[in-house]
Order: sequence, then C-alpha cells, then structure tokens
Amino acid sequence: MYVAVKGGERAIENAHAWLAEERRGDTDVAELSVAQIREQLSLAVNRVMAEGSLFDPDLAALAIKQARGDLIEAIFLIRAYRTTLPRFGFSRPIETAEMACDRRISATFKDLPGGQVLGPTFDYTHRLLDFKLAADGEVPPAPMGQTSAEPVPHVTGFLNREGLIEEAPADDSDPGDLTREPLELPADRSLRLQSLARADEGFTLGMAYSTQRGYARTHAFVAELRIGTVAVEMDIPELGFEIEISEITVTECETVNQFKGSKTEPPQFTRGYGLIFGQSERKAISVALVDRALRWDELGEDDVGAPAQDAEFVLYHGDNVQATGFLEHIKLPHYVDFQSELELVRKLRREAGSDKGQEAAE
Amino acid sequence: MEWGNSMTEYNFAYLDEQTKRMIRRAILKGLAIPGYQVPFASREMPMPYGWGTGGVQVSAAVLTPEDTLKVIDQGADDTTNAVSIRKFFERTAGVATTTATAEASVIQTRHRIPEEPLVEDQILVYQVPIPEPLRFLEPRETETRKMHSLEEYGPMHVKLYEDISRHGHIATAYAYPVQVEGRYMMDPSPIPKFDNPKMEMPAIQLFGAGREQRIYALPPYTKVVSLDFEDHPFDPSKAPHPCRLCGAEGAYLDEVITDDEGGRMFVCSDTDFCERRRAAGHEGAQA
Repeated sequence: MYVAVKGGERAIENAHAWLAEERRGDTDVAELSVAQIREQLSLAVNRVMAEGSLFDPDLAALAIKQARGDLIEAIFLIRAYRTTLPRFGFSRPIETAEMACDRRISATFKDLPGGQVLGPTFDYTHRLLDFKLAADGEVPPAPMGQTSAEPVPHVTGFLNREGLIEEAPADDSDPGDLTREPLELPADRSLRLQSLARADEGFTLGMAYSTQRGYARTHAFVAELRIGTVAVEMDIPELGFEIEISEITVTECETVNQFKGSKTEPPQFTRGYGLIFGQSERKAISVALVDRALRWDELGEDDVGAPAQDAEFVLYHGDNVQATGFLEHIKLPHYVDFQSELELVRKLRREAGSDKGQEAAE
Repeated sequence: MEWGNSMTEYNFAYLDEQTKRMIRRAILKGLAIPGYQVPFASREMPMPYGWGTGGVQVSAAVLTPEDTLKVIDQGADDTTNAVSIRKFFERTAGVATTTATAEASVIQTRHRIPEEPLVEDQILVYQVPIPEPLRFLEPRETETRKMHSLEEYGPMHVKLYEDISRHGHIATAYAYPVQVEGRYMMDPSPIPKFDNPKMEMPAIQLFGAGREQRIYALPPYTKVVSLDFEDHPFDPSKAPHPCRLCGAEGAYLDEVITDDEGGRMFVCSDTDFCERRRAAGHEGAQA
C-alpha cells in the first residue's frame, strides 16, 4: 500500500545537521574564527556590508562563516537581521570631503591638490599566484609615509569653479527610504542611488559595462575615486547638539561624463555618482556609470532603449536577495500547478489525436 | 516584547509592532478595495523571497496569541516549506498549530484552497509570487498599474481568445485570472483553476506578495468571476479519477508515480481532507 511520505520535519532537521557538518569541513583543519574572516577576507566582508546595507564588519564576517563563503547567502543573513533592528533615528549626511583618505585617485588630472594616493590597491599587481602565501602569509610592514591633516578637496569642485560641470545643487529634503517604503516608479535619484548601493555587484558591473560598450554610452572618466574613513554624526535631541557615534569606511566615485549643451546653455560635463560601504571600488564605479545612464531623461538625452537606461528594469532586477529567492523558489514543490498543466496538455493531446499510452499506463 | 514567547529576542510573530501596523493598514485598504494591489513596504524575512515571505508577513500581522494556525503547501501540511513556515510561527509567536482545516483560525496556503469549505471568522492567507495578472502580457509595472486604473483588460481577453483559437481551450490551468466585483482583475495566486470557484467564500482571503511588495484582499462573500466567454464557459476541471486512498470524487488530486513502468495513482492533494475521510471509514481502490 502506498503511504504518503511523512517526515518532512525530520528531513529538514537532518539536512540542517548535515549542512552544519559540511560548513565545518574536515575537523583536522583548524576552525576559522570570525576575526580571521574580518581581518583577512576584508573585501568579502565589505561586499556583504554594502549589499546587506549594514555596516558591521563582525556581523558580516559571522555571516560569511555561517554561509560557508556564499556571499549572497551572507548578504541575505545580514538583511534578515537588519530588518529586526530598531531605528533610533538618522545620522547627519556624512561629509566625504572630510574623509581621511587611504586611497584617492583621479583619472582626469595628472596631479592635483591632495595628490594621487594609490593606497592598498590590486591595480598594478601582476596577477601571478603567490605560492609563498600557501606556506607562510607573514609580510613585512609596509613603509609609512607622511599623512596630511588637511582635508582632500573633491576633484569635481575644481571643474565646478569654471562652470565646466553641471551644478549639483544642495538638497536638504529627506531622501526616501527603500527599506521602509515600497519602491514606486518613477524613483528619484536618491532612491535610485540607494537601490544601486545595495544591488548585486555582478549585476551592477554588467549594467555599467554595457554602457561602456555602447548601450547608452555616456563616456565616463573617473574624476575621482576615494576610499577612507568618515565620521558618522547624529543629532541627539536630548543634548541639543550632534555627537560622533562612529567612523565608517566608504568608497566614493565621481565620474565626469560627456557633456551636453543647447542653443541657450553652453556645453557642460555631467556627473555620475556612487557611494558604497567599505572598500568596494568596482561597485562604486559601476554605480556611478549606471547612475549616469539612468539620468538620460533629466538631461534631455534620447532613450535609446538600452537596459541601463531603464530604471524599472535596473531597479527591479538588481537586488540579489530578491532575485536569488525567486529564482531558487522553483525548487519548491509545484506539483499542484504541474498537475493542472499535465491534465491540460493531456486533454489537448487527446483532442489532437496524438495521445499514446495514457490508458495503458493506468 | 509584549507577549511572552519562546524566542525572546524577537517580538511576537517576529515583526515589530510598527511594521505589523503598516501591514495591517495595507490589509484594511485591500479589503476596502477588493482585488486592488496595495503597495506595502515588505521586509526582509528570515526565509527567502519567493518562499512565502508575503504570506508570512500577512500572517504575522493578523495573528493573535489566541489563534490556531494551519500551514499548507500544495494542499499538504507535511510538505517541507509548510513545515518550515509552521515551525517559524511556533517559535516566534508560540501560537497553537493544527492540521485540521476546521480547527484553524488562520490558514496560510501556497497553491491550494482547502477542500473543506471555510467559514466566517477564518482567514485564508495566500502566498503570491507574481501578484500582477497582466504581468506576462506587459512586463512594466508602470504600465500595468495604468491598465488597472483604466480598467483596460482587453489584452487578457485577447490572450484567452488566442488560446482558444490555437488549442481549442483556454490554456491556463493555474493562476487563472479572475475579476473581482466587476472591477479589478486579480491573480488568484498559482492555485489550480479547480479551486477558483471556492473563492466566493465566507472567510476573509488575504494575499501577500513579499518580493513584489503587494497585498490584496477579498472580503467574505465577494463576487469572484473566472474570466471566460459565453461560448467557452469557465471549466474548473481536474483529473477524472477518484482518490485512490479515500475514494473522494470531487477533490483535487496529485498524480503519484508508483514505479518506473509508467504506473501511477491519483491521491488527494489536501492531506487533511484525505486523512479525515479515511478516518471516517471512506476507502479508495488501494486503501
């Protein structure tokens, strides 16, 4: 006699136990500590913080450990945790002009006030596997330079003095909050940038790359890419003044893009912008390019039908937690739907006179 | 933490009270405009999008400590995702759970409506993947919202007509579109069209789409019409067999493959319904 399979509950528990064992791996190999992940896989930690929308290196490292290194899974863990956190208020906007820069480069000027600071970059490394690392990861300390206490001015400010680049007027209105309001279109630039900041790095990179290859080309120069720490300040109503609550690392990219002008307005360069938690420069540059492509309407450009110009397409498909959930949900049982399709197809085939074996099999 | 619960670090039913209030407002708006998709600020839940986060948020917003919850997936209480969601609410809300349809005050479902008719005071919560019935005719949300506000439903009728001209039948077997109170076209979630006629019921029906950030609702006894044509009336057909275990004639059936020679049998997809019938002495051919 056929008995409908029971025991889903035990199967789930056993699967979880097996998963935990697989996560740990061979117990003869020392277990990874959260601190090791935080310190030695810091770019993975940065990505999880950026796309998880939560600046907490320890939690991000824990999520990476729990997720067995699957970064999208780790991002999901962080997002799910983040939703449960109470909201005490909002910080003041961070001042990236006051950033203590670890890295600051400009592709548009050879030299400039504040200088070019390469910082800890892969850029000019030769991508040769370093077999020494397999045996011994100890490194001599890097040479120290002089740091300047002076704030490093933004490169676009130099262009602005000549009126060569579009104004980015100060806007004191409250930005929208994607995590508290449903995304509705058209989305303004602050919402688009928010959405892109937490969008999947690969998706954003692909979108940005497509603009470089001609799908809504905006010809971007990296006016400035800076990475460093900024203070997070918050107004405390009870105190009547703001206090610094934390310091965070961010990556900011400003692009200078092809100009526009009209009979009445002289030609000016335009801007793209990206700001990301942590050291995440591939993502910051990608966001700046996609941001610029999405601005076609306000800048009076043509809609050439490129994916990166389509805010609805970009914003609805860039979130990897949403995307992976929906994609993977097709693993769930669908036998009720499938059954109804089966019956429909059988019926249509029967009527078309092409059904074979239906009766015989029963 | 206003109610005692077994997972002390989280609020009753996981979501904080502010969030639940926001969801309840969306539900009330949905009930006031049956079939209209209300945008809501869906939260990231600890289970993936596409796995019932909309339904879970709606359930969390309507559950009270006195409720008894039933969770089904494909009609069954013992499918893995139903087990997982039921456990989630056992842990976070500490509510009583049941598999008995009649004993539940809140039923969260994926892809089915229970066979046993629901009554007033029950709430049926659907998990919805794509809330927009027009989505596969028009991928843009900005466009489909316009179509709803203008009641521009012609393209759907054209699609159904094209099915008939191509196949002789409307080739939609599940998520079969309905029109609510003569106004909004609505996706009934991917239930088989066999279940569509049950949607005119005494219970409240709430639909949650987490990833798509939409909630919609049907108040009790709302008129729900499955789209059709005069000469091609709606046909809620199912496999023409009785259940092999309980002998039920009018229940929706799953096809179970029993060997590798093409042998198969048909059994009730509603496991609670089937078990109850068997307990009452009903027998199918293989019982």
